Amino acid sequence: MHSLPANNQHSSLTTALTTCFRREMIVAFRHKGELANPLIFFLMVVVFIPLGISPEKTVLMALAPGMIWVIALLATLLSLDGLFRSDFDDGSLEQMLLSPQPLPWLVLTKILAHWLMTGIPLMLLTPLLGTMLYLPAEGYLPLMISLLIGTGSMSLIGSIGAALTVGLRKGGLILSLVVMPLYVPVLIFGASAVNEAVQGFAYTGQIAILSAMFVSALVLAPFAVAGALRISVNT
Amino acid sequence: MASWQWFHRLGSPKWFYEKTTRWTQVIGWLALAMLSVGIIWGLGFAPAELKQGNSYRIIYIHVPAAAVAMAGYYVMAFSGAVGLIWRMKLSYMVMKCAAPIGAALTFAALFTGAVWGKPTWGDYWVWDARITSMLILFFLYLGVMALQEAYQNQEAADKTCAILSLVGMVNIPIIYKSVDWWFTLHQPATLKLTEKSSIAPEMAYPLILMIFAVYMFFAWLLLTKVRVEILHREVKTQWVKDIVMGVK
Repeated sequence: MHSLPANNQHSSLTTALTTCFRREMIVAFRHKGELANPLIFFLMVVVFIPLGISPEKTVLMALAPGMIWVIALLATLLSLDGLFRSDFDDGSLEQMLLSPQPLPWLVLTKILAHWLMTGIPLMLLTPLLGTMLYLPAEGYLPLMISLLIGTGSMSLIGSIGAALTVGLRKGGLILSLVVMPLYVPVLIFGASAVNEAVQGFAYTGQIAILSAMFVSALVLAPFAVAGALRISVNT
Repeated sequence: MASWQWFHRLGSPKWFYEKTTRWTQVIGWLALAMLSVGIIWGLGFAPAELKQGNSYRIIYIHVPAAAVAMAGYYVMAFSGAVGLIWRMKLSYMVMKCAAPIGAALTFAALFTGAVWGKPTWGDYWVWDARITSMLILFFLYLGVMALQEAYQNQEAADKTCAILSLVGMVNIPIIYKSVDWWFTLHQPATLKLTEKSSIAPEMAYPLILMIFAVYMFFAWLLLTKVRVEILHREVKTQWVKDIVMGVK
C-alpha cells in the first residue's frame, strides 16, 4: 500500500484535471447565452465607433487596431465575473478547495476553459470586425496572433481579480476597477504589434514581449488566484 | 531570540499605540519644521528659473509628492505581505491607512503637474510617459481602496487587499516600462521635465529638503491614521475603553 501513493497521486491529479476541464466545458456549453454575450458586446461596440466618430474609411482605418484591442479587453472584462461566481454560489468552489489536488492546478484548468470559451472566439471574430473598420490587410495576422496570446494573459490576470471579488455580492464593477490598470501592458503591446504591422514594420518584438507576459502570468497567476480563493471562501 | 522581541511586540496594537504616542509628536513637529523651511526656502529664496521664471517653483510640491506617492505603494504592498506571512493584524492596518494617503499624494502630483503644465507646455494634460504612469498608479490605489470598502468583513478586506497590492507591486515595473516604451513609440520626446543633473544646486537643496519633509509628513500621517484605526478596531478592548473614557 505504501509504495502506491506517489504513482496514485500523479494519476489522480491528471484525472482530477481532466474531470474538472470536462465539467467546465459541459457547463459552458449548457449556457450558450453566456458564451455568446461577450461576443455580441464586442460586435455592438464596434457599431458605435462609426456612429460616434466618423464612417470615413481613413479615420476608421487609423482607429481600427487600437479600437479592436480596447473592445476585446472590455469584452474579456465582462466575462470575468462569471469565472468563479456560479461555483462559489453552488458550493463547488469549496469542494475544489477541500480536494486533495493542488488548487493552483485546478484553477489553471478553469482559466484554460475560460480562455477557450472567450479569448479564442473573440480572436476568431476579429476578421469580421477588421473588415467593418477597414483594417488594412497586413493587420489581420498580427491582430489575431496578438489577441490569441493577449487574451490568454487577460484571462490569467483577470482571474486574480475574479477570485478577489467572488465573495462580494456586487463584485462586477469592483472587479473591472481592480483589473483594468493591470491590463495596461498587454494593451500597449497588443495594439502596437498591429499598428507596427499596418505601417509595414516588423512586429515580432511586440509578440515576443506579449508571450513573455503570458508565460509570467501563467506561472504566477494561479498561485495568486488560489490564495485569493482561499480567502474569499473562508471568510 | 531577544533581538526579535520588538518584531513580535509589533503585532500587538496596544504596544504599538503606546509606543508611538511620543514618536508621532516628534515626527509631526519635525515634518512641520522641515516643510516650513523647505517651502519658504523653495518659494522665497531659491533663484528663479531662466526660461520658466517663477512658475517652476511648483516643483517643490510636485516632485516630493510624486516620489512619496510611489514609495507609499511599496509601503502598502510590503505591509500587506507582512500581514499575509506573519498574520500580523497591525500591518494590515498600516496597509489600509497607506492607501488613501498614497492616493492623495498621487493626486497632488498629478494636479500640480497639470497646473505646472499649463504655463510650460500650453496644456493642462499631456500624454507623457511619466504622467500616464502616475495616473495608472492612482488607479491602482483606487482599486485597493475600492476593494477595501467593498467588503463588510474586515478580515476578508485586509487579506484580499494585501494580495491585490502584491499583484500590483509585481506589475508596477512592467507597467512603467511598457508606458515608457509606448511613449517613445508614439510621441517624439519634445517635452522633457527638468533633468535632475541639470538642476542648479541652489534649486536642488530646497528640493531635497522638501522630499525628506514630505517623507516625514507621510510618516506622521500614516502613524496618526494607524493609531485611529487601532482605536477603531480594538474598540471592544478594555485598554481602548480606558483611553476613550480618559482613565489613562
